[in-house]
Amino acid sequence: MKTLKKIVCLALALALSLSLFACGGGKTTLNVLNWGDYIDPELLRQFEDETGIKVKYTTMTSNEEMLVKLASPDNIYDVCFPSDYIIEKLVADDLLYAIDKSNIPNLSNIDPRFLDLSFDPGNTYSVPYMWGTVGILYNTTMVSDPVDSWNILWNEKYAGEILMYDSMRDTIGITLKKLGYDINTRNEADVLAAQEALIEQKPLVRAYLTDDIKMELINGSAAMGVVYSGDAVYCIEENPDLAYAVPMEGSNVWFDNIIIPKTSQHTAEAEAFINFLCDADVAAQNSEYIGYSTPNAAALAIMGPDYTDDPTYNPPQDVLDRCQIFEDLGDFVKVFSDAWTKVKAA
Amino acid sequence: MKRTDAKKPKSAGGMHVRRSVFAYPYVVWMAVFIVAPMLLILYYAFTGDGGLTAGNILQAANWDNMRVLLDSVRFALYTTVLCLLLGYPVAYLLSQMKKATAALLSVFFIVPMWMNFLLRTYAWKVLLGAFSNMLYTESAVLLGMVYNFLPFMILPIYTTLIKLDRSYIEAAADLGANPTKTFLKVVLPLSMPGIISGITMVFIPSTTTFAISQLLGGGKTMLYGDLIYMKFITEQSWNAGSALSVILLVFVLISMTFMKKAERTTGDEGGGRLW
Repeated sequence: MKTLKKIVCLALALALSLSLFACGGGKTTLNVLNWGDYIDPELLRQFEDETGIKVKYTTMTSNEEMLVKLASPDNIYDVCFPSDYIIEKLVADDLLYAIDKSNIPNLSNIDPRFLDLSFDPGNTYSVPYMWGTVGILYNTTMVSDPVDSWNILWNEKYAGEILMYDSMRDTIGITLKKLGYDINTRNEADVLAAQEALIEQKPLVRAYLTDDIKMELINGSAAMGVVYSGDAVYCIEENPDLAYAVPMEGSNVWFDNIIIPKTSQHTAEAEAFINFLCDADVAAQNSEYIGYSTPNAAALAIMGPDYTDDPTYNPPQDVLDRCQIFEDLGDFVKVFSDAWTKVKAA
Repeated sequence: MKRTDAKKPKSAGGMHVRRSVFAYPYVVWMAVFIVAPMLLILYYAFTGDGGLTAGNILQAANWDNMRVLLDSVRFALYTTVLCLLLGYPVAYLLSQMKKATAALLSVFFIVPMWMNFLLRTYAWKVLLGAFSNMLYTESAVLLGMVYNFLPFMILPIYTTLIKLDRSYIEAAADLGANPTKTFLKVVLPLSMPGIISGITMVFIPSTTTFAISQLLGGGKTMLYGDLIYMKFITEQSWNAGSALSVILLVFVLISMTFMKKAERTTGDEGGGRLW
């Protein structure tokens, strides 16, 4: 008994010291913070093989969570993938590193439509990664009515089969659109109206979810749900009964971008990583893997009509014309947050 | 088993270290991971706009937030009552068995605790989704909470019951009490310390729980823990989040005082206190 204990202790001590040694390698490590399921892991290995830089990859589930991590004084991340309105806030808070574009020659692959957008004029701090819309993904065998308005999410016929996105900005945003208001409204009455509409809708809602919406819709556990277009592409591939629509009242168009925090000690390696992701073949492989739309024109040329002709993946201009980009709300976010609390606690 | 090691262990005196030295790592641990965060919460709760203020607390104590707290307390009460109803008979049966059998059986509810509770809750999510239409309801949240907290009710009651002196029960029987009466008048009162520490260990963590409600409740049931999470993460308002935490802390302290008092009035005999 005693010898066994000793052996176990020794083995544990050995394992501990080995794991300590393992950290002492000579390679540079790049700390990457990204959304879950938001890169082809194969590409991370390819980058490591090509450059000898080690990638330590971490995931998070919301823009806000990322903001907390990046704003913390001991932030360790070198590369991160926030959305438009968060970039606006990060720039305002002076948390971003101005990217040296001469290190990113592949920037020329990006469609100019996605450069120089309002949240980062001149792309001083960010490089486009993926983009898309917010809409309704529905099961054509369970929904008989035409899906062209957000109002269908309030239709009692589908009580218990409706999934909403568990995210304050997205859910209040589409409700504002349904009511005909600005998605970035600074008018308290508009937000209160959205709050009332969402409370009224709550008994019909099966659940407020994030990534789980995909599984529920693929399995047919729910008839419809609010999703990002990229997730819709993935789900339709898995279950051809599903279809995606951006309602006529308009919606949110979003852009996820690659940034380097100001605190990064490995900016050159981070720029090499960004350049790698903007390579046409890499971006094409990545976009095909995760299903989200790439802003990379050279990649899209490789991917071909399977993708370019798919209105979910590549929405036509008239859809984009009725969509709005989120802006940073500043202190007004409290009004949204109070409304969201009341909806969730109702 | 025969002891081969008959030598008395040498005292630590030879090394010239006092025993309390061994507590220092824990004291440092407490200072860094319990006291310091607590002070930070107090700091954020009572400061703002560049000075001391009670404004955060007053704002946080609004009706909407308090309704969420009441809801959490309601859930915690349901959980505690269900855990007690389920846990007491289990603890009682275990205490009546042979030590070895009881030890073997208790493995069944202790081993799952070695897994992270989030994993177990995810497993429930899959099970409920596949085999029932209970997922994303209040009952699912309640089920998840009872499942996660039940061992904390069984263990303290069990330890009280096995320490219970059998001669009391024999005496009651000799004096003519039937088994029901013996249980109600002797066993139950004597196991009160275990029941109270079980209640404390279930009620307090279930008031403060979050994540279970998010996973099994489909985001439709908001508990107080979820609210604090939202203030910190979504709204980025550390002052508001800390103020809510302080209110919860006060509530927890008050309920603990009550339970400590209840424990004292039932007497300390029987032991069974885990903390």
